[in-house]
Amino acid sequence: MKPLIFDNIDEPGLNTLAVYERRGGYEMLRKALAMPREAVLQEISDSGLRGRGGAGFPMGMKAGFLPKGDMPKYLTCNADESEPGTFKDRELMQKSPHMLIEGIAIACYAAAITQAFIYIRGEYRLQGDILEAAIAEAYAAGYLGDGILDSGQPLSLVLHRGAGAYICGEETGLLDSLEGKRGNPRLKPPFPAIQGLYDGPTLINNVETLATVPHVIRLGGKQYAEIGVERSSGTKLVSVSGDVQRPGNYEIELGIPSREIIFGLAGGPQPGREVKLWFPGGSSSPVLTRDDLDLPYDFDSMAKAGTMLGSGAIIVVDDTHTVLEVMSKVVKFYAHESCGKCVPCREGTNWTHKMVHRIESGEATPMDLDLLASVQTQIIGNCLCVLGDAMAMPVGSMVAKFRPELEAEVEAARERAGTPSLASAGAGVPVH
Amino acid sequence: MSAIDRRPPVPRFGHGSRVPGWDVAVDLAKPPATVPDPATTPVPDELRSEIEQAMGRYPNPRSAAIPALHAAQRHHGWLPPEAIAQVACVMALTPAYLTSVASFYDMFALRPKPRHDVYVCTNITCSLLGADEIHERMIELAGDHPDLNVCSFECLGACDIGPMASVNGEYVGPINLDDCEQIARDLDKGGPVLEHKQLRFRRCADPNANPES
Repeated sequence: MKPLIFDNIDEPGLNTLAVYERRGGYEMLRKALAMPREAVLQEISDSGLRGRGGAGFPMGMKAGFLPKGDMPKYLTCNADESEPGTFKDRELMQKSPHMLIEGIAIACYAAAITQAFIYIRGEYRLQGDILEAAIAEAYAAGYLGDGILDSGQPLSLVLHRGAGAYICGEETGLLDSLEGKRGNPRLKPPFPAIQGLYDGPTLINNVETLATVPHVIRLGGKQYAEIGVERSSGTKLVSVSGDVQRPGNYEIELGIPSREIIFGLAGGPQPGREVKLWFPGGSSSPVLTRDDLDLPYDFDSMAKAGTMLGSGAIIVVDDTHTVLEVMSKVVKFYAHESCGKCVPCREGTNWTHKMVHRIESGEATPMDLDLLASVQTQIIGNCLCVLGDAMAMPVGSMVAKFRPELEAEVEAARERAGTPSLASAGAGVPVH
Repeated sequence: MSAIDRRPPVPRFGHGSRVPGWDVAVDLAKPPATVPDPATTPVPDELRSEIEQAMGRYPNPRSAAIPALHAAQRHHGWLPPEAIAQVACVMALTPAYLTSVASFYDMFALRPKPRHDVYVCTNITCSLLGADEIHERMIELAGDHPDLNVCSFECLGACDIGPMASVNGEYVGPINLDDCEQIARDLDKGGPVLEHKQLRFRRCADPNANPES
């Protein structure tokens, strides 16, 4: 398959306007501006393009939710790529920043938006600098500013650098952070499409989603929808990392077998090792095992398997690592990043962290695994945002799928710590 | 706290509280801190213009809080109360508000810190690939280098070069234990850090991405 986004991505100077224009860059913006707004929006809807940031919500539908009328509306590009395992937007912004800017300009035209922001995580210093330079070039060339390309459509684009907080990747947390506050998520509804940034209607999309828009316009919505499978159209950037021989970003057609990505493209684990578990969509997705390697990699197949495609970050763990080790890292991350606004998440992530620590230090019994699992079920669905769920889902799935191994871990940790063995003490035998 | 974290334990005060002065009653007669008076709060011109420029970029100037705090941290090296007061003065916000914002984000330092930031990623992928040993080694090295600010960081978004670190914002990886000393030496010299392992030079892994190669 010929890639769309990654086509000749390492061409020297692609991050400059001159090279991007030579390759036909910003032609799609011209084409879109010559069409009525509704027709551009229709193309995006026809393409079936689903959000690439994690939730997989159809972009055309989201843009359609914005109220019509003459109020200030905003577009915010979510470039706060913090989901563990995800690094696709980084490569895209670093190597082809103008593709993103063109996509933003087209989306703004389609939704009648005149003010756009890119919220990039503060740690991406190089990518932020490259985007800043690209935005300045685009302003100078008239692709941004008052009346882009003499169309009378004004558009301003501001790069906003964050300062290191996972929760700012959550759309409402991002909006609060962009307003100069602590990045606490907001209660939904109202959804950002109705009341978002500065209380105005706001369209929020991921970098990859917006960078795909010029390709949708080029191919036409219906033609784009032919790529991939039904309800998961198009190509997807997949970040493969962990115990694989060739980690990196790959552009795939949605719906190909997962095995082809993990083994065919990324080379699979080192020789002599086997896949133990893998996260199909970042550390927030419930884990899959080696039995699931033949699942098609698309939104619906993943949902059917009880997990999610998420941000398209595949983390592979081979059999030299224990499940407990992986769980411990996942839990520590969410306990650190919980913003503290909702009690189930703030307390749930911290207590889960303590419970996992108890297992590691050899003080736990298998009953603690039940407690661990029950805490997770009490977090899911009980918070303003999905950060708590994002810990509860993978942890719950690890307990469910690797229970025998975790029980052995509990026992092994007790042995290491010199805690009396449960078997010898007769523990776990019901008393009545 | 992980076993290798060598930071001193959290100080405890009376009754095990972590908050110094927890048992000292608040002086309710004292008025709360308000927006600092420009007449008594000198702000360096460079910092003032940077903050004002940032405020001009947004429909609501308050959005410039994070860019302004970044600017102040660049200027002072960290965010002492004077820096917060200067930002508060220019933005017409209270220092308490800005402190609440600054304390939310990992990249702002509300305590003095050494000059060079070495963020070692210890999230899932990097730790599967040995980041904990790298972090431990860097902490040891920091013992001899007063300029090294070594912290373990959550996923920095560069799992393809794991285990990795962000050295003063420059992503380097995959790093091994020998590279740790090289990082410290390169920082001493002041040149580029671990140049052959910098992310900026890495090509895309996708075999279909670059047809000519």
